[in-house]
Amino acid sequence: MTVTLHNRRLTGPMAWTSTADTSTAGSWRNQRPRLIPEKCTGCNVCWKFCPEPAITIVGKKVDFELDVCKGCGVCAEVCAPEAIEMVPEESA
Amino acid sequence: MAKLTIPSEELMVGGHVACPGCGAALAMRLLLKGLGPKAVMVIPACCWAVIPGAMPGTCLKVSTVFSSFESTAAMASGIKAGLRRTGRGDVPVVGFAGDGGTADIGIQALSGAAERNEDFLYVCYDNEAYMNTGIQRSGSTPEYSWTTTTPRGLEKRTSKKDMPMILDAHRIPYVATANPSFPEDFVAKAKKAASLKGTRYLHILADCPTGWKHDPSQMVEVGRLATMSHLFPLYEIEEGRLRITWAPSNPVPVEKYLRAQGRFKDLTAEQIEEIQAEVKARWEGLKAREAREKKAVEKEAAPPEVSAAPTPHPAAPVSETVYVKPSPPLHFP
Repeated sequence: MTVTLHNRRLTGPMAWTSTADTSTAGSWRNQRPRLIPEKCTGCNVCWKFCPEPAITIVGKKVDFELDVCKGCGVCAEVCAPEAIEMVPEESA
Repeated sequence: MAKLTIPSEELMVGGHVACPGCGAALAMRLLLKGLGPKAVMVIPACCWAVIPGAMPGTCLKVSTVFSSFESTAAMASGIKAGLRRTGRGDVPVVGFAGDGGTADIGIQALSGAAERNEDFLYVCYDNEAYMNTGIQRSGSTPEYSWTTTTPRGLEKRTSKKDMPMILDAHRIPYVATANPSFPEDFVAKAKKAASLKGTRYLHILADCPTGWKHDPSQMVEVGRLATMSHLFPLYEIEEGRLRITWAPSNPVPVEKYLRAQGRFKDLTAEQIEEIQAEVKARWEGLKAREAREKKAVEKEAAPPEVSAAPTPHPAAPVSETVYVKPSPPLHFP
């Protein structure tokens, strides 16, 4: 594999940013976040504190990337208007 | 959409193998927002040596070099020297080590590099034990904390190593503490550290739900309580001058922070009182130092005082010399 980095061509075995596509970290989850759209104010606080990051915000819509979300529940905890609820994986 | 208070650029992608609710993962994410895409990370054996994932994949969009446990600062110095020699001296080099790799194993390399004032940023994410290998006690573990090597009944009896103050004693240009539960303060400090030259040190309190024994969802709240109780004050020391960047006006009792975690489950009331007294003493010390240095700065800035009393030996009157402008040379055509 050859990549260009800081204006230098590098060749050899090297890692690339691929965990978002290949990882199965989302299968660790035993609860998943669910948005209650009418309560969401679009304040971005859930995005700010997500350690994955598994949250993208487009306009006022919060989008959870469930392929990588581990269901820690930090987003539901920091959400002041309580617009995110954690539901068990079995009932989702 | 509300206005963003931290940069929107993500230099870390999801799918890494950190535990759910990892404070160190959030710390890295916020740090990279402040540093930008050009940074070179030097990571020793620690949680973050595992988190990016197995070899062909990584979750970081910046260059990463993995070093041996004790040589993070030495390797960062070498990488910076190499970059400087090849005309890329503006690339920021960052050592990102855990508390074991900073306070115990890597302290000689760090102390040596700080003494030489090598040009790199050293970040210690402090999760207060060797979490990666199974929660063993480190020099940064707080007093009376449970770990697998200080089990119930044999809790740690000595207090935590104060790393920021040890680095401050090296007289380096920038030392700061940051908490991922306060992202705006965190990113501002990362940006400031990246803009300076010389050895910079950033000490981060990284919550570890696995080792601290609390629910992963409480990660931000527990980190917040650490600062709200003055146990982990947010300050920065620039050119030897301490400044407290944010502090609550009325702190919560430290008991609230301790009781939120399973590792402090067996604390008695006397032990909590002892911890509270130590936290208070440290906080008063910081406040006193800040006030003292502020006063010194004001004194330097103020004009020298003019004394009203007459001088005993008045200086001889200075004769007034009149400057006569020389006449222009005569011009002969």
